[in-house]
Amino acid sequence: MSVTTSPATTDTAPLLRITDLAVSYAAPRRGTHLGTGAALDGAELEVRRGEIVGIVGETGSGKTTLARATVGLVSPARGTIEFDGTDLGSLRGRALRDFRRRGRVQLVFQDSLRSLDPDLDVAALVAEPLDIAGGLSAADRSQRVDEALQEVGLEPGAVLRRRPGQLSGGQRQRVALARAIVTRPDLLLCDEPVSALDVSNRNLVLNLLDRLRRDLDLAVVIIAHDLSSLAGIADRVAVFYRSRLVEQGPIREVLESPAHPYTALLTASAPSVTRHHRLRPDDVCVPVDDERAAWTADGGCVFAARCRFAHDACRVQPDVLPLGPTRTAACYVAGRWDQPAQPTQPTQPTQPQSTQSTQPA
Amino acid sequence: MPQPETTGSTLGVTDLRVSVAHGQTAVRDVSFDIAPGESVGLVGESGSGKTLTCRAVLGLLPGGVRVEAGRVELGEGPTAVELTGAGRRTWNQVRGTRLAAVFQDPASYLNPSLTIGHQVDEQLRVRGGLARAEARTRTLELLLEVGIHDAATVYHQYPFQLSGGMLQRVLIAIAVSLNPDLLIADEATTALDTVVQAEILDLVGRLRRSHRLSLLLVTHDLAVVAESCDRVLVMYGGEIVESGPTEQVLNDPQHPYTQALMRVASIGDWSRRTLETIAGQPPAPGEELPGCRFAPRCPLAAAECTAAPVPVVELGDQRAARCVKVAVPA
Repeated sequence: MSVTTSPATTDTAPLLRITDLAVSYAAPRRGTHLGTGAALDGAELEVRRGEIVGIVGETGSGKTTLARATVGLVSPARGTIEFDGTDLGSLRGRALRDFRRRGRVQLVFQDSLRSLDPDLDVAALVAEPLDIAGGLSAADRSQRVDEALQEVGLEPGAVLRRRPGQLSGGQRQRVALARAIVTRPDLLLCDEPVSALDVSNRNLVLNLLDRLRRDLDLAVVIIAHDLSSLAGIADRVAVFYRSRLVEQGPIREVLESPAHPYTALLTASAPSVTRHHRLRPDDVCVPVDDERAAWTADGGCVFAARCRFAHDACRVQPDVLPLGPTRTAACYVAGRWDQPAQPTQPTQPTQPQSTQSTQPA
Repeated sequence: MPQPETTGSTLGVTDLRVSVAHGQTAVRDVSFDIAPGESVGLVGESGSGKTLTCRAVLGLLPGGVRVEAGRVELGEGPTAVELTGAGRRTWNQVRGTRLAAVFQDPASYLNPSLTIGHQVDEQLRVRGGLARAEARTRTLELLLEVGIHDAATVYHQYPFQLSGGMLQRVLIAIAVSLNPDLLIADEATTALDTVVQAEILDLVGRLRRSHRLSLLLVTHDLAVVAESCDRVLVMYGGEIVESGPTEQVLNDPQHPYTQALMRVASIGDWSRRTLETIAGQPPAPGEELPGCRFAPRCPLAAAECTAAPVPVVELGDQRAARCVKVAVPA
């Protein structure tokens, strides 16, 4: 299914394969926005060595949950997470502990100011994962720390004795990255690595991730809430909306011809200094329609309430289906919503009734 | 983009100088005007002094940070107020009614233990002098106006029940509730996802037109300014290095720093493979440099750049740049 066009990847088995993953934090409660149950439902993802995969979605779409489930911070309700041929869900006791201590999968948390211990200096922060893995002499350990810091473009002599509060945002993010790569992982998950940085530092960190995957043959997953930070470096992108995967494919294809209306909304909403928008948010999105919001609660498409192209079929959540050799999307009108001929008869006017009922078309 | 009427002045900042601890200067000789109904973007990297500038205007500088010199004048004529030396009484008269602000991280600006309705009402009752029932009616109108379509439900909800985008809408509703002349948005959309950011910018644009509101939008993202501002001020190392109408500045940036910002900004061209960065670090606040503050990072830097302080060169057509290399119009 997921044959990629990335030059760095071959048709080897994926390093990480997530199948039909569901995670639930609390029992669903009707009539509230809270405890809607599923934080993630039916998620699929494959990542190969040397590949950068982006995960995009709004707040609460389940992208962080996916990363947390992969490193074992939350347990899935359903589905499997396979890493290098091993089903992580089947690991128990000693095997699980050994796997986690070796640090082959590393997660860089969101907000490095709050996720790095403010009382430890950079030397201790970066050495900590090695201490946990064990088996290194003090000299080897400090050499590995220096290497990791140099790898992320920091001068060890200048930062080793500093604490997180004494570093700039960009430096702190690089320390968080050094801490993650010091165990020489195979898979690096980065949760919003650039959202707190200004544009120049953002590009610096993204370039760094790009170099790391080349230098270390890392598989990298970057979680982001905007497409522009992925556009430059990711090979593939997976778009999540309200706990579901809505579209996946090579980044350029997804961004240039989005198959799912939500992806189209994302590209249309991205600010640009050139002010050239082929598509406007209004072209794919309508104000939330209460009736169709109820469809979602009853198992309909997650995007139905805001979708301009929602129709009767959308009362049932569409499956994620292949759309060409390298792309998948979960939409009944995937890839053809922008064509003038309506493929299905909408039973709803494209505008919500409340604003249109009194106006002649 | 049609230019707004540029008669009169909502905000006039003249030679503003702000110092941080030990008298180090973090904002140097910043001057700009905002006309009624105009939207102005203030852009720069982290540490460029953009947030200190807008906090100085709001009178919300953190402890130890002081306005050393300059004037901040709100309005003009008989109702003009000078804010740099203003006391508590003046601030109470001005904040909310003539000057309002929204910030990044909306959740931390609302009381978690009071309902949304209570917090919007409070402003209308305490400052607007409305009775309880009137305030409630007005609050529901305001919530609808900022795009919260189930206002009656949200009225009774608590901040934790709403998403970041909804909370930002609530804060905008509170900010515009007393019809201020100027809204300051300091990185107000930075923490929001792309779709919500576009919606909030669109909302602010609509409110500007319906309330004849001036806007000072502080952001690190030139692309956000391109979408929503009439005029742009580019800040670097505590100074305004370039200013002018957004379209002209973005089409033909004069200062090397603006040019660098353009290269790193989101251009909406998805095929771009290289992500440019600006080499080097910005100067620390208070760091004294002999000439141009961008010279250490500037690809065009020459001896004349660091010989003496670089003045602002007026380029005509409302444009100006602080660079010795720009062509002075004949």
